[in-house]
Amino acid sequence: MSEILVLVEHVEGQVKKVTLELLTLARKLGTPSAVWAGPGYSPDAKARLAEYGAEKIYLADSADISDYVVAPKAELLAQLVSEKSPAAVLVAATAEAKEIAGRLAIKIDSGVLTDVVGLQDGLVADQSIFGGGVNVQSRVTKGTPIVAVRPNSTPVEAAAGAGAEEQVSVTVSAAAKGARVVDRVKEEKGARPELTEAAIVVSGGRGVGSAENFSIIEKLADSLGAAVGASRAATDAGWYPHQFQVGQTGKTVSPQLYIAAGISGAIQHRAGMQTAKTIIAINKDPEAPIFELADFGVVGDLHQVVPQLTDEVVKRK
Amino acid sequence: MNIVVCVKQVPDTATERKLRSDDKTLDRDAADGVINELCEYAVEEALLLKEAHGGEVTVLTMGPDKAGDTIRKALAMGADKAVHLVDDALHGSDALGTSYALAQTLRKIGFDLVVLGSESTDARTGVLAAMLAERLDVPQLTFAKKVEVNGGSIAIERVTDYGYDRVEASLPAVISVVEKINEPRYPSFKGIMAAKKKPVEKLGVADAEIDASQVGLANSWSEVADFAAAPPRAAGTVVKDEGDGGVKTADFLASKKFV
Repeated sequence: MSEILVLVEHVEGQVKKVTLELLTLARKLGTPSAVWAGPGYSPDAKARLAEYGAEKIYLADSADISDYVVAPKAELLAQLVSEKSPAAVLVAATAEAKEIAGRLAIKIDSGVLTDVVGLQDGLVADQSIFGGGVNVQSRVTKGTPIVAVRPNSTPVEAAAGAGAEEQVSVTVSAAAKGARVVDRVKEEKGARPELTEAAIVVSGGRGVGSAENFSIIEKLADSLGAAVGASRAATDAGWYPHQFQVGQTGKTVSPQLYIAAGISGAIQHRAGMQTAKTIIAINKDPEAPIFELADFGVVGDLHQVVPQLTDEVVKRK
Repeated sequence: MNIVVCVKQVPDTATERKLRSDDKTLDRDAADGVINELCEYAVEEALLLKEAHGGEVTVLTMGPDKAGDTIRKALAMGADKAVHLVDDALHGSDALGTSYALAQTLRKIGFDLVVLGSESTDARTGVLAAMLAERLDVPQLTFAKKVEVNGGSIAIERVTDYGYDRVEASLPAVISVVEKINEPRYPSFKGIMAAKKKPVEKLGVADAEIDASQVGLANSWSEVADFAAAPPRAAGTVVKDEGDGGVKTADFLASKKFV
Protein backbone atom coordinates (compact mmCIF):
# COMPACT_ATOMS: atom_id res chain seq x y z
CA MET A 1 0.00 0.00 0.00
CA SER A 2 1.23 3.45 -0.77
CA GLU A 3 2.34 5.77 1.97
CA ILE A 4 0.18 8.74 3.01
CA LEU A 5 1.82 11.51 5.04
CA VAL A 6 -0.32 13.05 7.78
CA LEU A 7 0.91 16.25 9.39
CA VAL A 8 0.14 15.98 13.12
CA GLU A 9 -1.69 18.85 14.82
CA HIS A 10 -0.66 19.06 18.43
CA VAL A 11 -1.01 21.47 21.31
CA GLU A 12 1.05 21.21 24.49
CA GLY A 13 2.13 17.71 23.49
CA GLN A 14 -1.43 16.47 22.96
CA VAL A 15 -2.46 15.12 19.58
CA LYS A 16 -5.57 16.95 18.38
CA LYS A 17 -8.67 15.07 17.34
CA VAL A 18 -8.44 16.20 13.73
CA THR A 19 -5.20 14.24 13.38
CA LEU A 20 -7.01 11.05 14.41
CA GLU A 21 -9.61 11.88 11.76
CA LEU A 22 -6.85 12.30 9.16
CA LEU A 23 -5.24 9.00 10.16
CA THR A 24 -8.63 7.28 9.85
CA LEU A 25 -9.06 8.81 6.40
CA ALA A 26 -5.49 7.98 5.36
CA ARG A 27 -6.03 4.29 6.17
CA LYS A 28 -8.65 4.14 3.45
CA LEU A 29 -6.20 5.56 0.92
CA GLY A 30 -3.01 3.75 1.89
CA THR A 31 -0.63 3.37 4.82
CA PRO A 32 -0.56 6.40 7.11
CA SER A 33 2.70 7.88 8.32
CA ALA A 34 2.41 10.62 10.92
CA VAL A 35 4.74 13.62 10.71
CA TRP A 36 5.46 15.28 14.02
CA ALA A 37 6.86 18.79 13.65
CA GLY A 38 8.14 20.82 16.60
CA PRO A 39 8.74 20.12 20.30
CA GLY A 40 6.40 18.30 22.70
CA TYR A 41 6.58 14.71 21.43
CA SER A 42 6.01 12.10 24.13
CA PRO A 43 5.27 8.37 24.57
CA ASP A 44 1.62 9.37 25.04
CA ALA A 45 1.58 11.06 21.67
CA LYS A 46 3.21 8.03 20.09
CA ALA A 47 0.61 5.71 21.63
CA ARG A 48 -2.22 7.89 20.38
CA LEU A 49 -0.88 8.05 16.81
CA ALA A 50 -0.25 4.29 16.73
CA GLU A 51 -3.70 3.57 18.16
CA TYR A 52 -5.27 5.28 15.15
CA GLY A 53 -3.13 3.58 12.56
CA ALA A 54 0.17 5.39 12.12
CA GLU A 55 2.57 2.77 10.74
CA LYS A 56 5.46 5.20 10.93
CA ILE A 57 6.03 8.38 12.86
CA TYR A 58 8.51 10.80 11.36
CA LEU A 59 9.95 12.93 14.11
CA ALA A 60 11.31 16.40 13.58
CA ASP A 61 10.97 17.71 17.10
CA SER A 62 13.51 20.52 17.22
CA ALA A 63 12.37 23.94 18.39
CA ASP A 64 13.61 25.50 15.14
CA ILE A 65 10.65 23.97 13.35
CA SER A 66 8.06 25.96 15.28
CA ASP A 67 10.05 29.08 16.14
CA TYR A 68 9.49 30.48 12.67
CA VAL A 69 6.19 31.05 10.89
CA VAL A 70 5.01 28.20 8.63
CA ALA A 71 8.04 27.95 6.31
CA PRO A 72 10.09 25.34 8.29
CA LYS A 73 7.16 22.91 8.38
CA ALA A 74 6.72 23.26 4.64
CA GLU A 75 10.44 22.51 4.20
CA LEU A 76 10.16 19.44 6.41
CA LEU A 77 7.24 18.07 4.40
CA ALA A 78 8.97 18.84 1.11
CA GLN A 79 12.01 16.89 2.30
CA LEU A 80 9.82 13.92 3.31
CA VAL A 81 7.93 13.98 0.02
CA SER A 82 11.18 13.86 -1.89
CA GLU A 83 12.64 11.05 0.28
CA LYS A 84 9.52 8.88 0.68
CA SER A 85 7.49 9.59 -2.48
CA PRO A 86 4.12 9.33 -0.70
CA ALA A 87 0.85 9.05 -2.62
CA ALA A 88 -0.57 12.11 -0.86
CA VAL A 89 -0.04 14.55 1.99
CA LEU A 90 -2.94 15.23 4.35
CA VAL A 91 -3.12 18.23 6.67
CA ALA A 92 -5.91 19.71 8.76
CA ALA A 93 -7.76 22.63 7.17
CA THR A 94 -6.67 25.03 9.90
CA ALA A 95 -5.39 28.50 9.04
CA GLU A 96 -1.78 27.53 9.66
CA ALA A 97 -1.82 24.06 8.14
CA LYS A 98 -3.42 25.43 4.97
CA GLU A 99 -0.54 27.91 4.73
CA ILE A 100 1.93 25.05 5.19
CA ALA A 101 0.10 23.17 2.43
CA GLY A 102 0.26 26.22 0.16
CA ARG A 103 4.01 26.68 0.54
CA LEU A 104 4.59 22.94 0.19
CA ALA A 105 2.60 22.95 -3.06
CA ILE A 106 5.02 25.45 -4.57
CA LYS A 107 8.10 23.62 -3.26
CA ILE A 108 7.07 20.26 -4.73
CA ASP A 109 5.17 21.67 -7.73
CA SER A 110 1.94 19.92 -6.75
CA GLY A 111 -1.71 20.81 -6.55
CA VAL A 112 -3.39 21.60 -3.25
CA LEU A 113 -7.05 21.29 -2.24
CA THR A 114 -8.34 23.13 0.81
CA ASP A 115 -11.35 22.72 3.11
CA VAL A 116 -12.06 19.23 1.88
CA VAL A 117 -14.96 17.49 3.65
CA GLY A 118 -14.56 14.01 2.14
CA LEU A 119 -12.11 11.96 0.10
CA GLN A 120 -13.10 9.18 -2.27
CA ASP A 121 -11.16 6.63 -4.30
CA GLY A 122 -8.66 8.17 -6.64
CA LEU A 123 -8.27 11.08 -4.20
CA VAL A 124 -11.38 12.79 -5.50
CA ALA A 125 -12.17 15.43 -2.91
CA ASP A 126 -15.54 16.77 -1.82
CA GLN A 127 -15.73 20.47 -1.06
CA SER A 128 -18.63 22.61 0.04
CA ILE A 129 -18.34 26.12 -1.40
CA PHE A 130 -20.22 29.45 -1.54
CA GLY A 131 -21.39 29.17 2.03
CA GLY A 132 -22.56 25.58 1.56
CA GLY A 133 -24.62 26.37 -1.54
CA VAL A 134 -22.62 24.26 -4.00
CA ASN A 135 -20.97 20.84 -3.61
CA VAL A 136 -17.84 20.29 -5.66
CA GLN A 137 -15.76 17.24 -6.51
CA SER A 138 -12.21 18.18 -7.34
CA ARG A 139 -8.84 16.55 -7.75
CA VAL A 140 -5.20 17.38 -8.02
CA THR A 141 -3.89 16.96 -11.56
CA LYS A 142 -0.16 17.61 -11.07
CA GLY A 143 2.35 16.23 -8.60
CA THR A 144 1.69 14.69 -5.18
CA PRO A 145 -1.80 15.66 -4.02
CA ILE A 146 -1.84 17.88 -0.93
CA VAL A 147 -5.21 17.84 0.77
CA ALA A 148 -6.34 20.03 3.67
CA VAL A 149 -9.28 18.32 5.37
CA ARG A 150 -11.79 20.19 7.51
CA PRO A 151 -11.95 19.07 11.16
CA ASN A 152 -14.99 16.98 12.11
CA SER A 153 -15.59 15.73 8.57
CA THR A 154 -14.48 12.12 9.23
CA PRO A 155 -15.68 9.94 12.13
CA VAL A 156 -12.62 8.55 13.94
CA GLU A 157 -11.99 4.82 14.15
CA ALA A 158 -9.12 3.24 16.02
CA ALA A 159 -7.04 0.58 14.22
CA ALA A 160 -3.59 -0.14 15.57
CA GLY A 161 -0.53 0.74 13.52
CA ALA A 162 3.11 -0.06 14.30
CA GLY A 163 4.01 3.52 15.19
CA ALA A 164 7.65 2.96 14.23
CA GLU A 165 9.56 6.12 14.97
CA GLU A 166 12.03 7.53 12.50
CA GLN A 167 14.04 10.60 13.39
CA VAL A 168 14.21 13.11 10.55
CA SER A 169 17.11 15.49 10.54
CA VAL A 170 16.09 18.84 9.16
CA THR A 171 18.20 21.89 8.73
CA VAL A 172 15.87 24.83 8.55
CA SER A 173 17.17 27.06 5.76
CA ALA A 174 18.02 30.71 6.33
CA ALA A 175 15.17 31.60 3.96
CA ALA A 176 12.65 29.83 6.17
CA LYS A 177 13.85 31.75 9.22
CA GLY A 178 12.59 35.09 7.97
CA ALA A 179 9.62 35.48 10.31
CA ARG A 180 10.45 34.61 13.91
CA VAL A 181 7.89 33.92 16.63
CA VAL A 182 9.17 35.91 19.61
CA ASP A 183 6.24 35.39 21.95
CA ARG A 184 3.14 33.21 22.20
CA VAL A 185 0.29 34.90 24.01
CA LYS A 186 -2.37 32.55 25.37
CA GLU A 187 -5.75 34.11 25.93
CA GLU A 188 -8.16 32.59 28.40
CA LYS A 189 -10.51 30.03 26.93
CA GLY A 190 -11.18 27.97 30.03
CA ALA A 191 -11.72 24.24 29.82
CA ARG A 192 -13.93 24.33 26.74
CA PRO A 193 -13.01 22.38 23.62
CA GLU A 194 -11.48 24.25 20.73
CA LEU A 195 -14.05 25.77 18.39
CA THR A 196 -13.13 24.00 15.14
CA GLU A 197 -12.60 20.65 16.87
CA ALA A 198 -15.69 20.62 19.07
CA ALA A 199 -18.44 18.06 18.45
CA ILE A 200 -20.99 20.57 19.74
CA VAL A 201 -20.92 24.34 19.28
CA VAL A 202 -23.29 26.81 20.95
CA SER A 203 -23.20 30.27 19.35
CA GLY A 204 -24.73 33.55 20.34
CA GLY A 205 -25.52 36.54 18.15
CA ARG A 206 -27.10 39.97 18.20
CA GLY A 207 -30.05 38.66 20.19
CA VAL A 208 -27.80 37.94 23.17
CA GLY A 209 -27.78 41.68 23.76
CA SER A 210 -24.63 42.24 25.81
CA ALA A 211 -21.27 40.84 26.84
CA GLU A 212 -22.66 39.89 30.26
CA ASN A 213 -25.48 37.92 28.69
CA PHE A 214 -22.99 35.68 26.92
CA SER A 215 -22.84 33.82 30.23
CA ILE A 216 -26.23 32.35 29.19
CA ILE A 217 -24.58 30.90 26.07
CA GLU A 218 -21.54 29.72 28.03
CA LYS A 219 -23.68 27.90 30.59
CA LEU A 220 -25.53 25.98 27.91
CA ALA A 221 -22.22 25.18 26.20
CA ASP A 222 -20.74 23.90 29.46
CA SER A 223 -23.78 21.71 30.16
CA LEU A 224 -23.21 20.03 26.78
CA GLY A 225 -19.41 20.00 26.86
CA ALA A 226 -19.54 22.33 23.89
CA ALA A 227 -17.42 25.14 22.48
CA VAL A 228 -18.80 28.68 22.41
CA GLY A 229 -19.07 30.59 19.15
CA ALA A 230 -20.34 34.02 18.23
CA SER A 231 -21.75 35.71 15.17
CA ARG A 232 -20.02 38.65 13.63
CA ALA A 233 -22.65 41.01 15.04
CA ALA A 234 -21.66 39.84 18.52
CA THR A 235 -17.90 40.09 18.00
CA ASP A 236 -18.20 43.45 16.23
CA ALA A 237 -20.16 44.73 19.22
CA GLY A 238 -17.30 43.59 21.44
CA TRP A 239 -19.49 41.15 23.37
CA TYR A 240 -17.26 38.16 22.66
CA PRO A 241 -13.64 37.84 21.46
CA HIS A 242 -12.96 37.73 17.75
CA GLN A 243 -11.24 34.32 17.74
CA PHE A 244 -14.62 32.75 18.52
CA GLN A 245 -16.34 34.25 15.50
CA VAL A 246 -18.05 31.71 13.27
CA GLY A 247 -18.64 32.75 9.67
CA GLN A 248 -17.16 33.99 6.47
CA THR A 249 -14.46 36.13 7.99
CA GLY A 250 -14.10 33.92 11.05
CA LYS A 251 -13.91 30.19 11.72
CA THR A 252 -15.64 27.47 9.75
CA VAL A 253 -17.06 24.72 11.94
CA SER A 254 -18.62 21.35 11.07
CA PRO A 255 -19.79 19.98 14.41
CA GLN A 256 -22.26 17.19 15.06
CA LEU A 257 -24.56 19.73 16.68
CA TYR A 258 -24.73 23.50 16.22
CA ILE A 259 -27.01 25.61 18.37
CA ALA A 260 -27.57 29.18 17.12
CA ALA A 261 -29.13 31.49 19.68
CA GLY A 262 -30.16 34.99 18.69
CA ILE A 263 -28.50 34.61 15.28
CA SER A 264 -30.53 35.58 12.21
CA GLY A 265 -28.48 33.42 9.85
CA ALA A 266 -27.12 35.89 7.31
CA ILE A 267 -24.92 34.37 4.59
CA GLN A 268 -21.87 35.70 6.44
CA HIS A 269 -22.73 33.38 9.33
CA ARG A 270 -24.10 30.47 7.33
CA ALA A 271 -20.83 30.19 5.42
CA GLY A 272 -19.18 29.17 8.68
CA MET A 273 -21.63 26.57 10.00
CA GLN A 274 -23.82 25.25 7.21
CA THR A 275 -22.08 21.87 7.11
CA ALA A 276 -22.97 21.10 10.75
CA LYS A 277 -24.79 17.76 10.95
CA THR A 278 -27.66 18.90 13.17
CA ILE A 279 -28.68 22.53 13.60
CA ILE A 280 -30.89 24.05 16.28
CA ALA A 281 -32.03 27.67 16.08
CA ILE A 282 -33.52 29.85 18.78
CA ASN A 283 -34.67 33.26 17.60
CA LYS A 284 -37.42 35.77 18.30
CA ASP A 285 -38.03 36.46 14.62
CA PRO A 286 -40.01 33.66 12.92
CA GLU A 287 -38.78 34.97 9.54
CA ALA A 288 -35.08 34.65 10.42
CA PRO A 289 -33.29 32.73 7.65
CA ILE A 290 -31.55 30.53 10.23
CA PHE A 291 -34.84 28.57 10.53
CA GLU A 292 -34.42 27.44 6.91
CA LEU A 293 -31.36 25.48 8.01
CA ALA A 294 -32.61 24.31 11.37
CA ASP A 295 -33.51 20.69 12.09
CA PHE A 296 -35.27 22.06 15.15
CA GLY A 297 -36.20 25.65 15.83
CA VAL A 298 -37.80 27.61 18.63
CA VAL A 299 -39.39 30.97 17.94
CA GLY A 300 -38.90 32.69 21.25
CA ASP A 301 -36.69 34.79 23.47
CA LEU A 302 -33.34 33.12 24.01
CA HIS A 303 -33.13 34.70 27.47
CA GLN A 304 -35.99 32.40 28.51
CA VAL A 305 -35.44 29.40 26.24
CA VAL A 306 -31.69 28.92 26.67
CA PRO A 307 -31.58 28.89 30.51
CA GLN A 308 -34.53 26.49 30.52
CA LEU A 309 -32.72 24.27 28.04
CA THR A 310 -29.56 24.37 30.17
CA ASP A 311 -31.55 23.32 33.26
CA GLU A 312 -33.14 20.45 31.31
CA VAL A 313 -29.81 19.24 29.96
CA VAL A 314 -28.29 19.27 33.45
CA LYS A 315 -31.36 17.50 34.86
CA ARG A 316 -31.30 14.75 32.25
CA LYS A 317 -27.61 13.91 32.58
CA MET B 1 7.93 52.82 2.05
CA ASN B 2 6.77 51.24 -1.17
CA ILE B 3 3.57 49.39 -0.23
CA VAL B 4 1.67 47.20 -2.65
CA VAL B 5 -1.79 46.07 -1.60
CA CYS B 6 -3.27 43.12 -3.46
CA VAL B 7 -7.05 43.27 -3.85
CA LYS B 8 -9.52 40.88 -5.37
CA GLN B 9 -12.92 41.36 -6.90
CA VAL B 10 -15.36 38.70 -5.71
CA PRO B 11 -19.03 37.97 -6.36
CA ASP B 12 -21.22 39.71 -3.80
CA THR B 13 -22.03 37.16 -1.11
CA ALA B 14 -25.52 38.62 -0.87
CA THR B 15 -26.30 37.40 -4.39
CA GLU B 16 -26.48 33.82 -5.64
CA ARG B 17 -23.00 32.62 -6.53
CA LYS B 18 -22.50 30.02 -9.25
CA LEU B 19 -19.93 28.04 -11.15
CA ARG B 20 -20.08 28.11 -14.95
CA SER B 21 -21.44 24.96 -16.52
CA ASP B 22 -18.98 25.13 -19.45
CA ASP B 23 -15.56 25.33 -17.77
CA LYS B 24 -16.57 24.99 -14.11
CA THR B 25 -14.93 28.26 -13.11
CA LEU B 26 -16.50 31.05 -11.10
CA ASP B 27 -19.37 32.67 -12.97
CA ARG B 28 -18.34 36.32 -12.72
CA ASP B 29 -21.35 37.51 -14.70
CA ALA B 30 -23.97 35.83 -12.51
CA ALA B 31 -23.35 38.05 -9.50
CA ASP B 32 -22.34 41.64 -8.82
CA GLY B 33 -18.60 42.07 -8.40
CA VAL B 34 -17.49 43.77 -5.21
CA ILE B 35 -14.16 44.28 -3.48
CA ASN B 36 -13.43 41.30 -1.24
CA GLU B 37 -14.24 42.50 2.25
CA LEU B 38 -10.91 41.62 3.86
CA CYS B 39 -9.15 43.48 1.04
CA GLU B 40 -10.71 46.70 2.33
CA TYR B 41 -8.94 46.09 5.63
CA ALA B 42 -5.71 45.49 3.71
CA VAL B 43 -6.12 48.79 1.84
CA GLU B 44 -6.86 50.60 5.11
CA GLU B 45 -3.78 49.12 6.78
CA ALA B 46 -1.62 50.10 3.80
CA LEU B 47 -2.96 53.66 4.01
CA LEU B 48 -2.36 53.83 7.77
CA LEU B 49 1.22 52.62 7.29
CA LYS B 50 1.80 55.19 4.56
CA GLU B 51 0.36 57.95 6.77
CA ALA B 52 2.69 56.93 9.59
CA HIS B 53 5.86 56.21 7.60
CA GLY B 54 5.50 57.98 4.26
CA GLY B 55 5.84 56.39 0.85
CA GLU B 56 3.35 55.25 -1.70
CA VAL B 57 0.49 52.75 -1.90
CA THR B 58 0.03 50.82 -5.15
CA VAL B 59 -3.05 48.67 -5.69
CA LEU B 60 -2.52 45.41 -7.55
CA THR B 61 -5.33 43.26 -8.83
CA MET B 62 -5.57 40.33 -11.20
CA GLY B 63 -8.90 39.84 -12.90
CA PRO B 64 -11.01 40.67 -15.93
CA ASP B 65 -11.79 44.22 -17.10
CA LYS B 66 -14.71 44.33 -14.69
CA ALA B 67 -12.24 44.19 -11.79
CA GLY B 68 -11.36 47.79 -12.63
CA ASP B 69 -14.28 48.78 -10.37
CA THR B 70 -12.47 47.25 -7.43
CA ILE B 71 -9.32 49.18 -8.28
CA ARG B 72 -11.32 52.43 -8.32
CA LYS B 73 -12.72 51.66 -4.90
CA ALA B 74 -9.22 51.21 -3.45
CA LEU B 75 -8.00 54.36 -5.18
CA ALA B 76 -11.01 56.27 -3.83
CA MET B 77 -10.05 55.17 -0.33
CA GLY B 78 -6.70 56.87 -0.91
CA ALA B 79 -4.24 54.57 -2.68
CA ASP B 80 -1.94 56.41 -5.07
CA LYS B 81 -1.92 54.28 -8.20
CA ALA B 82 -2.77 50.85 -9.49
CA VAL B 83 -1.62 47.96 -11.61
CA HIS B 84 -4.26 45.80 -13.24
CA LEU B 85 -3.03 42.41 -14.38
CA VAL B 86 -5.55 41.46 -17.03
CA ASP B 87 -5.19 38.82 -19.72
CA ASP B 88 -7.46 36.07 -21.05
CA ALA B 89 -4.58 33.66 -20.50
CA LEU B 90 -5.06 34.10 -16.73
CA HIS B 91 -8.68 32.93 -16.71
CA GLY B 92 -9.25 29.95 -14.42
CA SER B 93 -5.84 30.05 -12.72
CA ASP B 94 -5.79 28.21 -9.38
CA ALA B 95 -3.99 29.46 -6.28
CA LEU B 96 -0.62 28.23 -7.56
CA GLY B 97 -1.04 29.95 -10.91
CA THR B 98 -2.42 33.12 -9.33
CA SER B 99 0.41 33.34 -6.82
CA TYR B 100 2.93 32.85 -9.63
CA ALA B 101 1.38 35.58 -11.78
CA LEU B 102 1.15 38.02 -8.87
CA ALA B 103 4.70 37.25 -7.73
CA GLN B 104 6.05 37.97 -11.22
CA THR B 105 4.15 41.24 -11.28
CA LEU B 106 5.33 42.19 -7.78
CA ARG B 107 8.93 41.59 -8.84
CA LYS B 108 8.38 43.93 -11.75
CA ILE B 109 6.69 46.66 -9.68
CA GLY B 110 9.05 46.36 -6.72
CA PHE B 111 7.93 46.56 -3.07
CA ASP B 112 8.98 46.96 0.53
CA LEU B 113 5.76 45.53 1.85
CA VAL B 114 2.95 43.52 0.25
CA VAL B 115 -0.40 43.63 2.07
CA LEU B 116 -3.32 41.23 1.52
CA GLY B 117 -6.57 40.26 3.19
CA SER B 118 -6.21 36.88 4.89
CA GLU B 119 -8.74 35.17 2.61
CA SER B 120 -11.31 35.83 -0.09
CA THR B 121 -15.02 35.20 0.30
CA ASP B 122 -15.22 33.19 -2.94
CA ALA B 123 -12.41 30.62 -2.99
CA ARG B 124 -11.63 30.95 0.74
CA THR B 125 -8.36 29.06 0.46
CA GLY B 126 -6.47 31.44 2.75
CA VAL B 127 -3.17 30.41 1.14
CA LEU B 128 -2.31 33.23 -1.23
CA ALA B 129 -0.21 35.38 1.13
CA ALA B 130 1.82 32.35 2.24
CA MET B 131 2.32 31.36 -1.39
CA LEU B 132 3.49 34.86 -2.32
CA ALA B 133 6.00 34.84 0.54
CA GLU B 134 7.27 31.47 -0.67
CA ARG B 135 7.58 32.59 -4.28
CA LEU B 136 9.14 35.96 -3.48
CA ASP B 137 11.42 34.46 -0.82
CA VAL B 138 10.52 37.09 1.77
CA PRO B 139 9.21 36.71 5.35
CA GLN B 140 5.58 35.68 5.80
CA LEU B 141 3.65 37.65 8.44
CA THR B 142 0.08 36.52 8.01
CA PHE B 143 -3.24 36.67 9.89
CA ALA B 144 -2.15 39.94 11.50
CA LYS B 145 -4.42 41.74 13.92
CA LYS B 146 -1.76 44.37 14.55
CA VAL B 147 1.17 45.60 12.46
CA GLU B 148 4.09 47.79 13.54
CA VAL B 149 6.83 48.99 11.23
CA ASN B 150 10.01 50.45 12.65
CA GLY B 151 12.62 51.42 10.07
CA GLY B 152 13.54 48.24 8.26
CA SER B 153 11.82 45.91 10.72
CA ILE B 154 8.25 44.80 11.06
CA ALA B 155 6.35 43.06 13.84
CA ILE B 156 2.83 41.68 13.85
CA GLU B 157 0.40 39.95 16.16
CA ARG B 158 -0.55 36.77 14.34
CA VAL B 159 -3.96 35.38 15.34
CA THR B 160 -3.83 31.76 16.58
CA ASP B 161 -6.34 29.36 18.12
CA TYR B 162 -5.02 30.14 21.60
CA GLY B 163 -4.62 33.90 21.23
CA TYR B 164 -1.80 35.36 19.17
CA ASP B 165 1.88 35.05 18.33
CA ARG B 166 4.15 38.03 18.21
CA VAL B 167 6.21 37.69 15.04
CA GLU B 168 9.17 39.78 13.89
CA ALA B 169 10.93 40.10 10.56
CA SER B 170 12.84 42.46 8.31
CA LEU B 171 11.45 44.20 5.26
CA PRO B 172 10.68 43.43 2.51
CA ALA B 173 7.87 41.16 3.63
CA VAL B 174 4.37 39.90 2.85
CA ILE B 175 1.61 40.46 5.40
CA SER B 176 -2.06 39.48 5.50
CA VAL B 177 -4.62 41.06 7.80
CA VAL B 178 -7.75 39.95 9.66
CA GLU B 179 -10.79 42.16 10.11
CA LYS B 180 -10.06 43.15 13.70
CA ILE B 181 -7.00 45.13 12.64
CA ASN B 182 -8.72 48.39 11.75
CA GLU B 183 -11.94 50.02 10.56
CA PRO B 184 -11.77 50.68 6.80
CA ARG B 185 -12.59 54.26 5.83
CA TYR B 186 -15.39 55.11 3.45
CA PRO B 187 -14.22 56.87 0.29
CA SER B 188 -14.99 60.58 0.49
CA PHE B 189 -16.59 62.41 -2.43
CA LYS B 190 -13.23 64.10 -2.99
CA GLY B 191 -11.55 60.69 -2.92
CA ILE B 192 -13.96 59.27 -5.47
CA MET B 193 -13.37 62.22 -7.82
CA ALA B 194 -9.59 62.04 -7.34
CA ALA B 195 -9.58 58.29 -8.05
CA LYS B 196 -10.76 58.95 -11.59
CA LYS B 197 -7.51 60.74 -12.36
CA LYS B 198 -5.13 58.33 -10.65
CA PRO B 199 -2.94 56.20 -12.94
CA VAL B 200 -3.97 52.60 -13.60
CA GLU B 201 -1.41 50.60 -15.53
CA LYS B 202 -2.75 47.54 -17.36
CA LEU B 203 -0.35 44.66 -17.78
CA GLY B 204 -0.76 41.45 -19.74
CA VAL B 205 1.14 38.23 -19.14
CA ALA B 206 3.93 39.20 -21.52
CA ASP B 207 4.35 42.63 -19.91
CA ALA B 208 4.77 41.06 -16.49
CA GLU B 209 7.10 38.35 -17.82
CA ILE B 210 4.65 35.64 -16.88
CA ASP B 211 5.23 32.25 -18.50
CA ALA B 212 1.80 31.51 -20.00
CA SER B 213 2.32 27.77 -19.49
CA GLN B 214 2.13 28.31 -15.70
CA VAL B 215 -1.25 30.07 -15.60
CA GLY B 216 -4.83 29.62 -16.72
CA LEU B 217 -7.37 26.88 -16.35
CA ALA B 218 -5.65 24.34 -18.61
CA ASN B 219 -2.39 24.65 -16.67
CA SER B 220 -3.87 24.53 -13.18
CA TRP B 221 -2.55 22.03 -10.64
CA SER B 222 -6.06 20.92 -9.73
CA GLU B 223 -9.44 20.70 -11.41
CA VAL B 224 -13.10 20.74 -10.59
CA ALA B 225 -14.35 17.36 -11.83
CA ASP B 226 -17.99 17.95 -11.06
CA PHE B 227 -20.31 20.16 -9.06
CA ALA B 228 -23.96 20.48 -8.15
CA ALA B 229 -26.15 22.75 -6.08
CA ALA B 230 -26.22 21.42 -2.53
CA PRO B 231 -29.51 19.64 -1.86
CA PRO B 232 -31.64 21.77 0.45
CA ARG B 233 -31.63 20.66 4.05
CA ALA B 234 -34.75 18.70 4.93
CA ALA B 235 -37.28 21.01 6.53
CA GLY B 236 -37.04 20.87 10.30
CA THR B 237 -39.58 21.35 13.03
CA VAL B 238 -40.11 24.89 14.24
CA VAL B 239 -42.13 25.47 17.41
CA LYS B 240 -43.26 28.67 19.09
CA ASP B 241 -42.08 29.09 22.66
CA GLU B 242 -45.10 28.74 24.94
CA GLY B 243 -42.99 28.74 28.05
CA ASP B 244 -41.67 25.27 27.30
CA GLY B 245 -39.30 25.99 24.39
CA GLY B 246 -36.27 24.88 26.39
CA VAL B 247 -37.93 21.62 27.42
CA LYS B 248 -38.97 20.89 23.84
CA THR B 249 -35.43 21.57 22.64
CA ALA B 250 -34.10 19.19 25.28
CA ASP B 251 -36.60 16.58 24.03
CA PHE B 252 -35.24 17.03 20.53
CA LEU B 253 -31.65 16.70 21.80
CA ALA B 254 -32.62 13.53 23.64
CA SER B 255 -34.24 12.10 20.49
CA LYS B 256 -30.92 12.65 18.70
CA LYS B 257 -28.98 11.17 21.65
CA PHE B 258 -27.13 14.41 22.41
CA VAL B 259 -28.31 14.23 26.02
